[in-house]
Amino acid sequence: MVPVIELEGLGVRFWQRNILQDLRCTLSGRAIGLLGPNGAGKSTLINTLLGFYPVAAGTARVFGYDIRTQTMQIRSLTGYMPETDCFIAHMTAVSFVRMMAELSGLPSSAALERAHEALFYVGLGEARYRKLGTYSLGMKQLAKLAQAIAHGPKLIILDEPTNGLDPPARQRMIRLIHEMRDSRELQILLCSHLLRDVEETCDEVLILKDGRQVHYANLEEERRTNKRFLELETVGDDGGFAEAVENLGCACAVTSGKRMKIVLPESFVMRDLYRLAEARNVQIRRMNYRRDSLEDIFLKAMENSNGRS
Amino acid sequence: MAVHKRGYRGYAGQLTPLWSRCWIVTRYAFKNVFQWKLLTSFFYACFIFPLTCAAGIYVNHSTRLLVMFGVRSLFDVDAGFFFQFLRVQGSLAFILTALVGPGLVSPDLANNALPLYFCRPLSRAAHVAGKMMILVSLLSLITWVPAILLFLIQSSLAGWSWMWANLWLPAGVFLGSAIQILVFSVLALALSAWIKRKLAAGAALLAVFFFGAGFAEAVDAVLGTHKGALLNISRLILTVQAQLFRQPWRSPISAGSAWMALLAVSGICLWLLARKVRAYEVVRG
Repeated sequence: MVPVIELEGLGVRFWQRNILQDLRCTLSGRAIGLLGPNGAGKSTLINTLLGFYPVAAGTARVFGYDIRTQTMQIRSLTGYMPETDCFIAHMTAVSFVRMMAELSGLPSSAALERAHEALFYVGLGEARYRKLGTYSLGMKQLAKLAQAIAHGPKLIILDEPTNGLDPPARQRMIRLIHEMRDSRELQILLCSHLLRDVEETCDEVLILKDGRQVHYANLEEERRTNKRFLELETVGDDGGFAEAVENLGCACAVTSGKRMKIVLPESFVMRDLYRLAEARNVQIRRMNYRRDSLEDIFLKAMENSNGRS
Repeated sequence: MAVHKRGYRGYAGQLTPLWSRCWIVTRYAFKNVFQWKLLTSFFYACFIFPLTCAAGIYVNHSTRLLVMFGVRSLFDVDAGFFFQFLRVQGSLAFILTALVGPGLVSPDLANNALPLYFCRPLSRAAHVAGKMMILVSLLSLITWVPAILLFLIQSSLAGWSWMWANLWLPAGVFLGSAIQILVFSVLALALSAWIKRKLAAGAALLAVFFFGAGFAEAVDAVLGTHKGALLNISRLILTVQAQLFRQPWRSPISAGSAWMALLAVSGICLWLLARKVRAYEVVRG
């Protein structure tokens, strides 16, 4: 399978100032998160992938197409929801989305049909004949999403899609992203500085800081790995429980009298642990999987990058 | 993604060819232009003079009507007629440009809509060409198209000999209008791109022509040269058209210099457009 995005030493420079430097990564997730503090270069990376900014060093590929030479092919396959407020105020939502779909290559009648469908899909069905200038901020965000998906792209780039949304509108946007991801019809590149948005929707994340790549994490992999780390708190252990757990094939470390950390083997069946506890008359009072949240990953990445710089 | 299903679905149907995308920009902009009733009325009014000329040509060849009016001929249909025709229609074309031009690019810039155009398989040149096609087609419809029709009417009424004798006129009509349309269009688009407010862009277009003429005179007076005429765009256009129609025209600059100056103005405008019409502007920080 062709990776969604391959960064091969990508660099972008504006007036002798390096905005992006030596980005190297292969991203193939169904939903890819682009994280970083403000000014990290997230939007610049997106704009460079779309061919808006010239490449100063290296290159990148989107679905195997080189961003230096095959911009039009890349743009044919992508849908883009920009961060900034952008629309054509005097147009109704349906003509706006239809025009955008036509510009992406759909014939006029198909574009009209899909404009209606996209607007219904994002929840603007009832307001589709209203002029965009009269829309609220949340509605404008949804209209931007509709224009990004109307032509049925293979990759949708969402730049800060929940910006300025109230909690219910944010929930709605996240739900739509979930649905699109789960439809398996397209892949998503989500750029946000909100960790929660990325954590809820993405399975792969690239963290940038000051134009440099500071961390890459496969969240799916991390979640799977975390499931193998267990923290236990027990009562009634006479000291032999840890040894018995190790005999089940686990690595075990007792942190205090009652608490222990366990690394489970691949084929471990949790029922065996309960059986062992019952046999040794040990009460399991607390059992937690290690939860290395995206926030932890992000903070660690930031700390590491501070240490390096 | 059927409405009743409300689920995302990709598109696997046919796609339109890449070259045809700029016409989509033109089509939607046309729809917007003709929503303004004043403009629509003015556009129709621009055909009054050509229709009057066509009627005049018909009367010129109708002995019964000439006798009725008691004249031998209403006017001569020659190079001078077409030169004057383009002068009148050129003035109307300028007003039409001032009405239509500022609303073409400025709303896209004011609403930050350019990234939405350029994230699609549409080049910047295609976008500008699409917008320019509106001015080109509207201005063509009131300048060289009616002029050519008048030429054909005159030819059909005056006979083949007149047509053969004046066969060079359509080329002059077309070239004279083409340079005028090109300059008006690129200037209007460039101003529309650099001045985000429609009204201000319209005012700037008027200023370029009227204050430009005044400035040219001032330059001539202060420096004691005739090169200031190069800054007077309407005079440059008339100089070129007079040469094309072989009309006596007093101009301090040669037709060749006028051609060069007009092409330079168009080039500068295109450069200004290229600088401004882009998805995102990089600001030196």
